[in-house]
Amino acid sequence: MNKGVAITGMGIISAIGNNTQENFHALTHAKHGISRVDLVDTIQRDEIMVGEVKLTNDQLIEQLGLPPSNNYSRTALLGAIAAKEAVADAGIVDIKKYKTGIVSGTSVGGMDKTEKYYYEYLTEKEHQKYIESHHAGDSTQKIAEQLGIEESLVTTISTACSSAANAILFGARLIKSGKLDRVVVGGADCLSKFTINGFKTLMILSDTYSTPFDENRKGLNLGEAAAFLVLESEDVVKAENKNVLGYVKGWGNANDAFHQTASSEDGDGATLAMEKALKVAGMKPSDIDYINVHGTATNNNDLSEGRALINVFGDKTPIFSSTKAFTGHTLAAAGGIEAVYSILALQHNLVFPNLNFETPMKEFSLVPQTELKEKELQVVLSNSLGFGGNSSTLIFSKEA
Amino acid sequence: MKKTYINSVASISTQKTFDNDDFLDEITPYNDTVIYAVDPVYRDYIPPAAARRMAKGIKMGVVATKLAMAEAGVENVDAIITGTGMGCMIDSEKFVSAIIDNQEQYLTPTSFIQSTHNTVAGQIALGIKCKGYNFTYVHSSLSFQSALLDAKMQLETAEANTILVGGVEELGAHTTKVHRVIDHIKPEAIAPSEMLDSKTKGAVFSEGAYFFVLSNEPSESCYAELVDVKILNTLPIDKVAETAVAFLKENNLTTSDIDVVVLGNNGDVEYDGAYRLLTEGEFKNTQQVYYKHLVGENHVVSAFGMWLGSRILKAQTIPEIVKMNDMLDSSSEIQYILCYNQYRGKDHSFTLLKKC
Repeated sequence: MNKGVAITGMGIISAIGNNTQENFHALTHAKHGISRVDLVDTIQRDEIMVGEVKLTNDQLIEQLGLPPSNNYSRTALLGAIAAKEAVADAGIVDIKKYKTGIVSGTSVGGMDKTEKYYYEYLTEKEHQKYIESHHAGDSTQKIAEQLGIEESLVTTISTACSSAANAILFGARLIKSGKLDRVVVGGADCLSKFTINGFKTLMILSDTYSTPFDENRKGLNLGEAAAFLVLESEDVVKAENKNVLGYVKGWGNANDAFHQTASSEDGDGATLAMEKALKVAGMKPSDIDYINVHGTATNNNDLSEGRALINVFGDKTPIFSSTKAFTGHTLAAAGGIEAVYSILALQHNLVFPNLNFETPMKEFSLVPQTELKEKELQVVLSNSLGFGGNSSTLIFSKEA
Repeated sequence: MKKTYINSVASISTQKTFDNDDFLDEITPYNDTVIYAVDPVYRDYIPPAAARRMAKGIKMGVVATKLAMAEAGVENVDAIITGTGMGCMIDSEKFVSAIIDNQEQYLTPTSFIQSTHNTVAGQIALGIKCKGYNFTYVHSSLSFQSALLDAKMQLETAEANTILVGGVEELGAHTTKVHRVIDHIKPEAIAPSEMLDSKTKGAVFSEGAYFFVLSNEPSESCYAELVDVKILNTLPIDKVAETAVAFLKENNLTTSDIDVVVLGNNGDVEYDGAYRLLTEGEFKNTQQVYYKHLVGENHVVSAFGMWLGSRILKAQTIPEIVKMNDMLDSSSEIQYILCYNQYRGKDHSFTLLKKC
């Protein structure tokens, strides 16, 4: 049986809170963060609902204490805030004491600045500093700088909506293999006109609050967020007498190989990912106490993921919920924020509600948990599925 | 722990490198600041209807995959891992400019769908029906080496036995213009022979797709063993040599064991100093090889460096056009090759290859 990789810290900023404590409070008080978009100048404002972090870039810059000359994209700003919380939560004072790296997921990267200054870049000197912030790796490097991670393994993953889950998966393997003693893993994505309009053209944005796993679901709410975990090796945990929040126990990644954007109706990719994760964890389906589903509330995802749940769990699907009605679908960050929520669930023995659910889907009898529920939890499974057929599953546990 | 073998190589670059019967025999001596990949005959590999929808990067990636898999003699792989620094620039530019030019109206989804960084890996998976592990690394000039590291870790533990690894980068017209105004692109054209002595800032920008089939068992077509790979986000220039030596030491080697060093000089007067410290210092007496004078600079071009190292190990010859000095006589065996790359002083990678 695979020995889990210790999680010693976590940090998050999302539409329902600027840190872990605030997120937990919202989750346990059924307070969602869905609203009209305020901080992105878009003509779609009245057409859609989003999960937006209501802090301006200037407020985030101030919180981070960055000089006015900084060239941080909003993705980097959100990421830096969540990553710093995670490192502080892990009680890390000297980041250089152990071989520490960072693996982050993003899909938007610096697109918020690119779409703002696209043509101005050619002539307006004052905006040109952001040209180098466009590429996806820039936000990760900025976070590394904020944490003081130098001369180390720093990389970025972009597999659409499974990016952060894959960053956690790769980070866990880096610890297992001994390549690193410690790694900060997660993801960040900000709202942008690019993604708002992109998903709009795919006609999968709801014009109201999203309703995951509901028969009458109308699509997803986009969101923005960043969340990071700190993973540490067994040796470091021992040497530093670390408080362990939980363990990354299993991981699985597969590809649906069905369609560039849609998931297969039979949920092949998600099925394979869950099966692989169970195998890595050395667990049976019946060992899973709660599933934080991907549950975007699109027609396609919820049907495909539901079928996958039945493929893996038969008629014994554990209690499950999607937390996306709280936060919106935060794209590349989703696997990170839902990892934080999975660990909070384990720590407090709580299942967070799937908001806005009313009518079971006609294709199967799966009904999500709609109220906050106390339940002794040992093992939580979290799915992240995305464009390009990317399917990832993480299993978190209380015990190693 | 199992070893990692490079069982096939495929390169679509600014030179005609997609046919492995040639080894840089015919060179196009560009005299430019931006150079484009030489197109293979795409319709030989992709149905024309599908090809029409694909931007150049996707086409290059799909064809390089087919070439690499054919040479390795495999029909499928356990995992697909790609790297791309900028992602699908052509479709990204199309979608951003459409948003701006039409004030967010009359948009169609095709370019958005194809703009995501994992488009190429997803298309490859679709094409060969590979339901295995599928990852895309997007960390600037460490994108390809990140993919390589991930693959190597899986092959060592036999989590996967055959993995397709590749890097792909395409030039977008607007992005190219934008990088010109911040001097990342050379202000004036240079010929390949002038690159090493260039006194100007920036590099000659390029594009390409470089793919490899890696396995923990050598095939008949095997080019080299991938011994180790190391990536570092930052490294002070005066620590490059000692880091290279430490990397070799971790593999029980010293500088004198290295027969050829493959370097990523791109002629940028501001940043080539890192290479010069090696060529004039630690690796002064080692055979030195470079390639960006032929294939330009892009975020995954270090994969071309691995292509070159792999081909040299298999052929046991070094094309004259890539030699920076002359330290090997033609009879000496080439056993170990070290590749080193960095971009604009950041994103340093070391890749160690061995004859198989």
